[in-house]
Amino acid sequence: MSIAADSTQKFTDYANPERLVSTDWLAEAIAAGTVGTPELAVVESDEDILLYETGHVPGAVKIDWHTDLNDADTRDYIDGEAFAKLLGAKGISRDTTVVIYGDKSNWWAAYALWVFTLFGHQDVRLLDGGRDKWIAEGRPLSTETPTPAAAEYPSVQREDAPIRAFKDEVLQHLGNGPLIDVRSPEEYTGARTSMPAYPEEGALRGGHIPTAASVPWAKAAAEDGTFRTRAELEAIYLDGAGLRAGDDVVAYCRIGERSSHTWFVLKHLLGFDKVRNYDGSWTEWGNAVRVPIAKGEAPGTL
Amino acid sequence: MPAELLEIIDDFQALEEPERLQLLLEFSRSLPALPDRFAEHPELLEQVVECQSPLFLTLEVADDRVQLFFSAPPEAPTTRGFASVLHEGLNGHSVREILAVPDDMPEQLGLTHALTPLRLRGMTAMLGRIKRQVRAQLPND
Repeated sequence: MSIAADSTQKFTDYANPERLVSTDWLAEAIAAGTVGTPELAVVESDEDILLYETGHVPGAVKIDWHTDLNDADTRDYIDGEAFAKLLGAKGISRDTTVVIYGDKSNWWAAYALWVFTLFGHQDVRLLDGGRDKWIAEGRPLSTETPTPAAAEYPSVQREDAPIRAFKDEVLQHLGNGPLIDVRSPEEYTGARTSMPAYPEEGALRGGHIPTAASVPWAKAAAEDGTFRTRAELEAIYLDGAGLRAGDDVVAYCRIGERSSHTWFVLKHLLGFDKVRNYDGSWTEWGNAVRVPIAKGEAPGTL
Repeated sequence: MPAELLEIIDDFQALEEPERLQLLLEFSRSLPALPDRFAEHPELLEQVVECQSPLFLTLEVADDRVQLFFSAPPEAPTTRGFASVLHEGLNGHSVREILAVPDDMPEQLGLTHALTPLRLRGMTAMLGRIKRQVRAQLPND
């Protein structure tokens, strides 16, 4: 950890408090002149890709989850070489502390953080409350695009296995460990195949993976976009969804972005050691041949 | 297609990809505000649920001319940009001209790589709903 963790009281209850920074912490880092140095990079990652251009945290660079982090042809993430090129161009080296923030309660920011984790980037944190909280507090925005000095980032092999689940692994997981479905209740029950207010992404069937508990991702966020307290999160995921300490958990949604938000919560805030994000998610499962599906409000049996 | 819309497509096509996004951003800034009769009655607008951000639209037809009205929050610049392109390209045109706009017109802006087809689908949906509202106002014959 190259930069000291934020000591905000709320964070100390979380399993890995060093994974979050507060808006105060970031404002101080800007004032101290550390943003955009080899020590600290701030990255904005949004759903609306023009949002960064309308004004961003001073010194923040932009990473687009779709065009920067996804391979253009295969349904996969970029490889080590492309990641090295992307991060090097943003002035980020292997030991740079990276703080990511974004719109919609850090939904895409959490996704970017998860992809950084696939490459084993050690020190990557989220700004609690994301872009909306920064703006709501009247903090400064800049339309100047920073041009950080290029950095050397090594080409590292992506390591998917610890935090990413593929379809066959989810099939093996059935009956052996809990699943969390983070989509909307309408998608879970099978009433519809895409989330309300979002376009169809072509799943042939509606429903959920049998035994999966329904916990829409946004339940983890408070009104102001910050993460709920540890006690509130335990009420949602332990008491509500039945997770137990030590569980091997798989989370999924429609294409794996909403569930990376839940992955962050389970992994870093609640401290589950083994949490995987099934990024094939419902667009794959709902179209796959001979995989079981459950419909309705009940998790269903195998 | 109306000359204004063709011109907008040409403008986008003439630019390199990063500049196309800048142009869309400029469009997002020039979307006119709703007149009071709609601003005070948002329930009169139809939500385009295919958009990834809240987008509402309605239109009025008088003397065969179509007036378009859009509402989108400032924190949704992409969606506002789409709405603004359609407003500038189509507003004030005739029913026939609007119905003749090809359904795949959004793809002609050359944004499919930068924005992904999924995001562009919101604009296609706006165009579809505009056409449907126009058709609904045609006299029965």
